[in-house]
Amino acid sequence: MKAQRFDLVPLALLAAVTLGAAALIGTPSTWVTLTVAGLAMGLLIFIMASGLTLVFGLMDVMNFAHGVFIAVGAYVAASAMKAFGGGLAALAPAMLGAMLVAGALGLFFERVIIRPVYGQHLKQILITTGGLIVAEQLIHVVWGPDLLPLERPEALRGALLFGDVALERYRLAAVVVGLAIFAALLVVLNRTKLGLLIRAGVENGEMVEAMGYRIRRLFVGVFVVGSALAGLGGALWGMYQEAVTVHIGAQMMVLIFIVIIIGGLGSVTGCFVGALLVGLMANYVGYLSPKIALGSNILLMVIILLWRPRGLYPVGKA
Amino acid sequence: MPSDLLKLAGVHTRIGQYHILHGVDFAVPRGELTMLLGRNGAGKTTCLRTVMGLWRAAAGTIELEGRDISRLDTPAVASLGISYVPESMGIFAGLTVRENLLLAARSGPLDEARLEWIFRYFEALKKFWHLPAGNLSGGQKQMLAIARAIVEPRKLVLVDEPTKGLAPSIINNLIAAFAELKKTDTTILMVEQNFHAARALGDSVAVMDSGRIVHAGSMAELAADEALQNRLLGLSLEAHQ
Repeated sequence: MKAQRFDLVPLALLAAVTLGAAALIGTPSTWVTLTVAGLAMGLLIFIMASGLTLVFGLMDVMNFAHGVFIAVGAYVAASAMKAFGGGLAALAPAMLGAMLVAGALGLFFERVIIRPVYGQHLKQILITTGGLIVAEQLIHVVWGPDLLPLERPEALRGALLFGDVALERYRLAAVVVGLAIFAALLVVLNRTKLGLLIRAGVENGEMVEAMGYRIRRLFVGVFVVGSALAGLGGALWGMYQEAVTVHIGAQMMVLIFIVIIIGGLGSVTGCFVGALLVGLMANYVGYLSPKIALGSNILLMVIILLWRPRGLYPVGKA
Repeated sequence: MPSDLLKLAGVHTRIGQYHILHGVDFAVPRGELTMLLGRNGAGKTTCLRTVMGLWRAAAGTIELEGRDISRLDTPAVASLGISYVPESMGIFAGLTVRENLLLAARSGPLDEARLEWIFRYFEALKKFWHLPAGNLSGGQKQMLAIARAIVEPRKLVLVDEPTKGLAPSIINNLIAAFAELKKTDTTILMVEQNFHAARALGDSVAVMDSGRIVHAGSMAELAADEALQNRLLGLSLEAHQ
């Protein structure tokens, strides 16, 4: 019996980008700092994007309002951190609160906004964009129009020194959380029947239904979990920036769309590798040539799509 | 005479603005293999998809063991013990052979004895157990699609053109597998354009044309009457020998 082979080429690309940057940057300590920053940024983007890629893969739903879950998560975390004193002990209720509220909002969105427009892409884009605008205004109503501080707990401030390499504690923590979530998603997707159903549903939802499973229920579950993860990502990203604005989600959506497109729509592994590429690229180019930093990820997307038009890990959709 | 497991009466199906099935009436006897034959575009695939609930019948009734299932959605139809092998095979390319079968086994873990029975006819599935199904050849994918439909005992198996595009040796293999499946009293409704396979396997037959049943009877009767074959099936019979 032959074993399943994993496509290592995208990982080789990731390694090539990292090593190429090492050669261009020259100073090892700067390279290490930038690499950790890039990985942290990439993993935070992954947390925010993983739900969206599954939502698109499972039901072909283009949810432009995904940024709302990010913003709401960040605001809830800011409020919770303030309410619980801002220390390390406040972190758990802040993150859980962000996930719960974003997940509940996701459930509401799926029922009220997404469900009436299944299979109609243009209407999905219009109505979810409308939902985004309305939700942003509601955030203004609840939290006000001003920038909200979201400070990190004392234990996560500052940097750890390894020789002349300084690594920010918060970035290291973000890497750990991001990897843990990726590992958890992989376990669920590859080691459980629920994961099998999700992977099968992404490929051919009709056949999953013909086998007796209700794909709509599966989709609602994935949508809620994806929204909760976006909320968690928003909370972590807000803490990374140490401030929250109502546009925090919408600003991230460009990078999130790049990530899920270059990863391959519906592929969690692709989303992971794509997010790391985007995070590393943003940090390396931002250091080497700040003027082209903004365009670097668009260029990355163009190059990858010319090479692999369906993304790094294309999902064989039926 | 065996009782009918599935009975369609006056079934109409519309897909968008197109009216595809125009009052289809036929029955599938329990424990038999019924062949649904007809020219391209006659409505055979639409008929299977309508039974499965993938396209909703606009009028008429579809009875499984006397119960009308025409208003049920697809998962509910499948849960009654109907499995479906679509013309496109519908395998999950990114999942391994094992995972494809695991998903089809709704009631729990895979039954080892039944798996061994399936492997007797579809050896390749055992050989490529951990390989992504997308890497299998066309014939192997068809074997997997059929294995998935019978990995657990089902009341009724709907199969859409299983021999399409396959090499003659693989077709013979499939015929042997279906012949063995028939011995387990599984009821099968099969759409087929290969008359050799249809004649070898069919107990009863229904022939469609322009969205209607134009002939129903025993397969032996149709196989013995060349004039009837030509009238009902035309060139499609000869072309697929």
